[in-house]
Amino acid sequence: MLAATVRVTRDLDAAEEAVQDAYVQALTRWGRDGVPARPGAWLTTVARRTALNNLRRQRTLRAKLPLLLMDVDDSASVEAAVLDDAAPIPDDRLRLIFTCCHPALSQEAQVALTLRLVCGVSTPDIAHAFLVTEPTMAARITRAKKKIAAARIPYVVPAAADLPARVDAVLTVIHLLYATGHTAHSGENLVRDELTGRALDLARMLRPLLPSEPETAGLLALLLVHQARRATRTDADGRLLRLEEQDRSVWDAALIEDADRLVVGALRAGPPGRFTLQAAIAALHAQAPGYAETDWPQILTLYDELLRRWPSPVVALNRAVAVSMVDGPAAALAEVLELEEDGRLAGYRYLPATKADLLTRLGRHAEAAAAYRAALALSDNAAEQEFLQDRLSRTLPP
Amino acid sequence: MTQYAILIFEREAEGGQTAELPPEIIAAHEALPGRIVEKGGKELGGIALEPSATATTIRGDLVTDGPFIETKEALAGVFVIEARDLDHAIELAALTPIVSGGVEVRPLVGLDFSGLTS
Repeated sequence: MLAATVRVTRDLDAAEEAVQDAYVQALTRWGRDGVPARPGAWLTTVARRTALNNLRRQRTLRAKLPLLLMDVDDSASVEAAVLDDAAPIPDDRLRLIFTCCHPALSQEAQVALTLRLVCGVSTPDIAHAFLVTEPTMAARITRAKKKIAAARIPYVVPAAADLPARVDAVLTVIHLLYATGHTAHSGENLVRDELTGRALDLARMLRPLLPSEPETAGLLALLLVHQARRATRTDADGRLLRLEEQDRSVWDAALIEDADRLVVGALRAGPPGRFTLQAAIAALHAQAPGYAETDWPQILTLYDELLRRWPSPVVALNRAVAVSMVDGPAAALAEVLELEEDGRLAGYRYLPATKADLLTRLGRHAEAAAAYRAALALSDNAAEQEFLQDRLSRTLPP
Repeated sequence: MTQYAILIFEREAEGGQTAELPPEIIAAHEALPGRIVEKGGKELGGIALEPSATATTIRGDLVTDGPFIETKEALAGVFVIEARDLDHAIELAALTPIVSGGVEVRPLVGLDFSGLTS
């Protein structure tokens, strides 16, 4: 609804105002005349009409100020858009999400704007999810909206040549939303389900809107596998469980099957992108009967390809785990130490945690304990801290 | 159409000296207005700056030698373009010939209230 209204106003604040106005009108009108057959359509029509009226009023004002030039062509197209009620609304949502995830905005602004404007989440709820105060989040959103207006970030679906890079930015935001929900601090289950749910909705929405982009299927598949395994991520006490400790019979087989179908389709569509490759890895894990029986050589091949496409030290660290299963923990430890040397992952708690795990497997318990302590010092998440503490206690002599 | 300033930042040699611009960069600068028009924009004008070693800074009553902000890549020039929106401005700005540095795109303050796009 907001997306359809922005197309009329070309101004996010004016559109939000018109949408709120429509809700107010609905309260009085529906109370008096009953709820219309298609409440959503009713609201959208009213919001767009309100926006158009406001716009006309502003134009009259502008006409009286000779210094301010009015773009005549634009006013014609705006009227055409509002009169054309059959205009495809999905396109509007697509434009809106590309505007919110424009690379000229900081990533934290992209995430906040997407939640606020595409998903309609309230500013206090967004602030809560990202552990910042409400005024901080409100200021972040206002600043981003001001930049969109002042720098004229366009409200369009990007040209075909730019599409893959811009789609990647959108998918990154959706993935970040899901990850934030997935690793929400303990006791924040509501936030968690809200964010992961929103991210899934967005991924589902995007796929049919961008059928030419196989990465949209890759991202959806990746999120579906995470979702299929979410019940076993922690035990009854909220403690994190390692993949090898999780009860695979509880995983949602239907979701995994959906994900697998999406991965196969995306792989057929051409050279796979990073989300498709991550989804393929996750799907292989999800379909294996057990941790040891996983097709590790295939997973390592996928990681090699992922690292080629996306040379990130985080990917290299995850690949090291696959290396440990194919070539043994000593070979993997050598790669982790090289990553540690490189320094780009300084402060990243999964590096010492992975290192500690490999050292434990090699029987080097004192060094493992030191690495677990280093990981503990970097974690601010209660469930993770408990997990690391438990691992640490096992490295010490009984 | 919206007006944007394209700020050119180039790496300077030790002591804020600029090496002579290579001839192909000069030629590319001369061709730039034409290429911008080909892509549906317009260059409204520009300035090129002497190297930052020639700059003088005034803070309050204090006059000192050198640029206001010392950076590895110093402001070397500015030109102003007209573009449809930020995506178009980025496309045009990317045509700027650069030796070793980059450009910054900034919208100019204008009396325009039409919101997101023109």
